[in-house]
Amino acid sequence: MATPVNKEDAFSQFLLRMGDNTLILGHRVSEWCGHAPVLEEDIALANTALDLIGQTQMWLGLAAEVQGEGKSADDLAFLRDAWDFRNVLLCEVPNGDFGRTLMRQFLFDAWHSIQLGRLMKSSDERVAAIAEKASKEVAYHLERSADTVVGLGDGTEESHRRMQEALDYLWPYVGEMFQSDEADAEMVKAGIAPDPASLREEYDVLVSRILGDATLIIPDSSFAHKGGRTGAMHTEHLGHLLTQMQWLQRAYPGAKW
Amino acid sequence: MYAQMIKSEATQDDPEKLAAFQARIDAGEKIEPKDWMPEGYRKTLIRQIGQHAHSEIVGQLPEGNWITRAPTLERKAILLAKVQDEAGHGLYLYCAAETLGVSRDEITEMLLDGRMKYSSIFNYPTLNWADIGAVGWLVDGAAIMNQVPLQRTSFGPYSRAMIRICKEESFHQRQGYDAIRKMAEGTPEQKKMAQDALNRLWYPSLMMFGPSDKDSVHSAQSMAWKIKMNTNDELRQKFVDQTVPQAEYLGLTIPDPDLKWNEERGHYDYTDPDWSEFFEVIKGNGPCNVDRLAARNKAWDDGAWVRDGLLAHAKKKATRQHAAE
Ligand SMILES: [Fe+2]
Ligand SMILES: [Fe+2]
Repeated sequence: MATPVNKEDAFSQFLLRMGDNTLILGHRVSEWCGHAPVLEEDIALANTALDLIGQTQMWLGLAAEVQGEGKSADDLAFLRDAWDFRNVLLCEVPNGDFGRTLMRQFLFDAWHSIQLGRLMKSSDERVAAIAEKASKEVAYHLERSADTVVGLGDGTEESHRRMQEALDYLWPYVGEMFQSDEADAEMVKAGIAPDPASLREEYDVLVSRILGDATLIIPDSSFAHKGGRTGAMHTEHLGHLLTQMQWLQRAYPGAKW
Repeated sequence: MYAQMIKSEATQDDPEKLAAFQARIDAGEKIEPKDWMPEGYRKTLIRQIGQHAHSEIVGQLPEGNWITRAPTLERKAILLAKVQDEAGHGLYLYCAAETLGVSRDEITEMLLDGRMKYSSIFNYPTLNWADIGAVGWLVDGAAIMNQVPLQRTSFGPYSRAMIRICKEESFHQRQGYDAIRKMAEGTPEQKKMAQDALNRLWYPSLMMFGPSDKDSVHSAQSMAWKIKMNTNDELRQKFVDQTVPQAEYLGLTIPDPDLKWNEERGHYDYTDPDWSEFFEVIKGNGPCNVDRLAARNKAWDDGAWVRDGLLAHAKKKATRQHAAE
């Protein structure tokens, strides 16, 4: 992993982080299509995936433009290998049961909504414009995932147990969203994006409130897996996801779809 | 056409009431859920609307099969939006069926245990990316043939659901045609995919309209009630006439050596599908019947704790609110 030395590299890194999060999570959510517990959830999950893929087109489109190598958003999505992906590990972990999928969505939506709120004030107009558009969609995602987490956490004994298991499994993946490196420092300096660590307080307040309403207990550990947003070490799961997602583009190079 | 071989129920109602009911239909009036209706009308409609709704739901599976492998972000977004629309169609139609006195859970159980059917087309697999284009072009195309006239059907909620649904279906068809056109104009491998998709999906698409009129025993009563607007063969002919020039434009060959324009009739002559295959699929012996139904049952069974949990929470919340008042 190269340490970004200049603003352009740092900016591109930042954009890949935003776009890879939405791409990989959108892909995961889309795996539910036709298999949800109730028709309304099929519709809502497809809608969430669709929003996230739409946001990916904007973030990776801008990343490709900033890189200036004549690539497209599709080139970035379909022709990079796992080590070039910059999504947090939380987005790539497998769906598990519906409870884990919705818990993962909530833990991400809470961060995403705060992050987009800050990015709406970005010094880069293009970033601010994407954030503004995405934030409306994400406000809705958050409302829905929070309601579902509360409903299932404070539902039956079984739904409560499953939601607590989901939270226990996913909590070690939360901390990575707030870690920072030189690229983040560069973005803060340029006024493009906030310091990830500065989102933590607001995040903890929001998440504690919802998980409290859900009668769930936040694990007493601050341990955080890392390696996704730097690309240093993804999980084993990402490679399998890319194998499926990138197959046609890899098997038929240069074809137009 | 997502409803096939809908059996019309015999009706044993008071002849005077029946005559008045038929007069309303003949005058083009809409029947609303609170109006008197023959028991046979109600039962036939539940079966037809239910089968249509189930087709929208099961239809998510063959298309969902390619969502995670869609080749571009735009194609992935288009496919997600389409599948989301189809689930929405299922929802409107279940609501229309509910106005006839059957709950969504009841009708879902009937799909899951095999008492109710869905369109035979969704028991065929989607094997290459061009199938996704072909499904939009041919399957949504065939569905529209049937659903456009059903906008004028006599039952109000069904007619209104059709009006909403048809707008989206024609959009799907255009997008499907655009997707397969890209393939037909693409590399030799892509063209091969497009031809392969057409070869496999052509006859199953023709089967969507149901058996030939001479073997279709349930049509007369449904047509009098205006819950079936055209005969199977009329719609099938219309579909063939519309689709052949589109295939020619794409440079694809319809897998029917006897297909030819008949100047005298003003229609294409075509080969009927293999009806023995159709009846096997209806009986449960299509390539995907077992897997499709297993997937829907698994989704329902695995989702039971979610439905129970959300229901339990809603009750707790109502109790707490009540206690606070
Ligand atoms: Fe539909
Ligand atoms: Fe459709």
